[in-house]
Amino acid sequence: MYRIRLHGRGGQGIKTAGRILGEALFLEKYEVQDAPRYGAERRGAPIFSYVRAGKKPINERGIILHPGLVVVADETLIEIPAAGVFQGIAENTVFFICSNESSDFWRKRLGIDSQIITLSQSEEYDTALDFHYNSSVCVGAAGRLLGVISKESLKQAIEEELSVFEKTVIEKNIEISLKAYDELSSYEGIVKRGVGISADSYRRLNWVEPPFEGADISAPAIYDSGTSELALTGLWRTLRPVVNKELCALCWHLCGSFCPDSAIYLDEDGAPQIDYEHCKGCLICVMQCPRRAISVEAEHKKTKEAKGA
Amino acid sequence: MKRKLLTGNAAAAWGARLANVDYVPAFPITPQTEIIETLAGWFDEGALKGRFVTLDSEHSMVTAAASAAVTGVRVFSATSSQGLLYASEMLYAVSGYRVPWVLVNVSRGLSSPVTLEADHNDIFALRDSGFLQLHASTCQEALDMVLMAYQIAEDVRVRLPVIVNIDGFYLSFTREPVEIPDENKAREFIGEFDAHNISFRANVPLSHASAVLQGSIYSYFRYEHHLAAIQAISVFNESAEKFEKMFNRSYALIESYMADGADYVFIMIGSFATKAKEAVDMLREAGSLTGLLRLRMFRPFPEEEMKKLLKGKKAAAVIDQNLAPGKGGVIYTETAAALCNEKEAPFLISYIGGLGGRDITAEEFYEIEKEMRKAAETKKPPMARLLFSEAELEAVRKLQGIAGVEKKNEQRKN
Repeated sequence: MYRIRLHGRGGQGIKTAGRILGEALFLEKYEVQDAPRYGAERRGAPIFSYVRAGKKPINERGIILHPGLVVVADETLIEIPAAGVFQGIAENTVFFICSNESSDFWRKRLGIDSQIITLSQSEEYDTALDFHYNSSVCVGAAGRLLGVISKESLKQAIEEELSVFEKTVIEKNIEISLKAYDELSSYEGIVKRGVGISADSYRRLNWVEPPFEGADISAPAIYDSGTSELALTGLWRTLRPVVNKELCALCWHLCGSFCPDSAIYLDEDGAPQIDYEHCKGCLICVMQCPRRAISVEAEHKKTKEAKGA
Repeated sequence: MKRKLLTGNAAAAWGARLANVDYVPAFPITPQTEIIETLAGWFDEGALKGRFVTLDSEHSMVTAAASAAVTGVRVFSATSSQGLLYASEMLYAVSGYRVPWVLVNVSRGLSSPVTLEADHNDIFALRDSGFLQLHASTCQEALDMVLMAYQIAEDVRVRLPVIVNIDGFYLSFTREPVEIPDENKAREFIGEFDAHNISFRANVPLSHASAVLQGSIYSYFRYEHHLAAIQAISVFNESAEKFEKMFNRSYALIESYMADGADYVFIMIGSFATKAKEAVDMLREAGSLTGLLRLRMFRPFPEEEMKKLLKGKKAAAVIDQNLAPGKGGVIYTETAAALCNEKEAPFLISYIGGLGGRDITAEEFYEIEKEMRKAAETKKPPMARLLFSEAELEAVRKLQGIAGVEKKNEQRKN
């Protein structure tokens, strides 16, 4: 059975990418199961989808714990443990990362032996909208790495799953997908089918009986205040608001008043500062600022600059 | 007939479409909403000709559904979890109307604490509501069970409403290949709705669900309700036979997978049962005679069938994806009751697993098989167990640390 897990952020088309891949495998006469996982829906938050495909009906269910192929649409997720990109990977797991960096770069950086393949869009993307096409790169790449999906099936699957969109959108996605598919011809079929977990030799588990504890411990209550600060929602951001100090009029803190996450505070000089650990990048502040003193920058570029890449 | 990838929600909606439903009262709730959205789209584009009405709550929605059913039209609705419970006062009431209609519940664990993912405490809370219950384990079954549910509900021997249960996320948002029956064939299977004497009209007034202020009369009606529910066992079998002839898919009250001739069996319900199938395949490869029994019907409880299938087994592990606080697993309890006077009954072991969508891994099925074998050898079954690991307890401890549980207790002491 092929077990594929696709990682991205809410809004980048990862659910759809999983469906396209599932549909393409179904067109190739595979039994298929595909599903997204995102809990409460949040734009920009790490999400994943998964696809299982085999020649027999699929009885496995739920999150894929032992993937044969891991597809990463947004390289910034690799640094985020909560994204679970590395969950259950083994030596034979193939990684595809949508990235301008080389596979050697990632192999060294991650210190893993798995096969890593990278590919990016040829053009630099500037807006979150362009970022969506990463999932199309992933779909084309995954199709080729599996080696069992024809170009025709891939195209048909994209048409089917994107049928609610305009023709130009569908064509653009097909073009990007097929380009990735062509570029990875030398890796065709490197993803191998995985087998089930043997009932003879498996890792034993440690079940534990939860101890009885009084309600002062076991009631589902949160006693400490401010715990939501620990949730670093800044990780969801794909676009970053940046205050231009020269343009800022130090007005009545309009940006901060409208910030739904209270992530803009005033420093000693009365100038607005953005708390990037919690700013989700909704960009309401950008819309509210009367002087247009807040600009927008793509997060992946800022991250790279900060690291001196 | 066409075979395509559908989510469990879309498959359930297809079931209602093929049943050519006349009336759908609706109210949204995760993870069910996709069902009513899909149906709303079909009504809008004219693929369905009846009425789709949004209501102000699940309580009103169920009231509207049953009130419409009393006029002799075919009714469908869907809900989930807290929505099902909010409607429960009316669910109990309307099952006594003795009019057929079908409700899909997309299982989701109950509050508190709040969760979105699946377990069966919502649907089992309606265990004694007088609705019949069919439980799907695949997206295909989500569609097929809705079709069969109408046939069973509308049979004059039964004439009770049916809940078809599908699991949230694991079915609701998961796509699998589903054969969509040809429209005409589906209509032929299900037949025109023969309402018999259900025909409320303003110009021919009649009283439904009248008050009876006397215990003996009340007893008669309640017991007839019970007897009608029991009839659903043979009506289900008749319907399944017809279904197999027409669509070539065979549905037993209790699905038996490699259980014939097995020494050990898992007993389950819902979508996690397919995980057990996978485990059974691997256990068979390793030489273990293990099988699976999966309840497709939960109300009425197919007691005789269960006794027959368990006869001569060495041990059976009931994996309940529910928990009745102060008692334990619901299916375990009902299975034990079915077996209490049986001579060749297996040792029965109770496991609670999959609460709030918690996964059950292949390794856990293998460990359960080991415990079944040990129980049969030592003639001593282990205590009931929650499927829960050390690592999971550690994760809880970490969260309790963040929540300031210990800190609060220390502050109080000082």
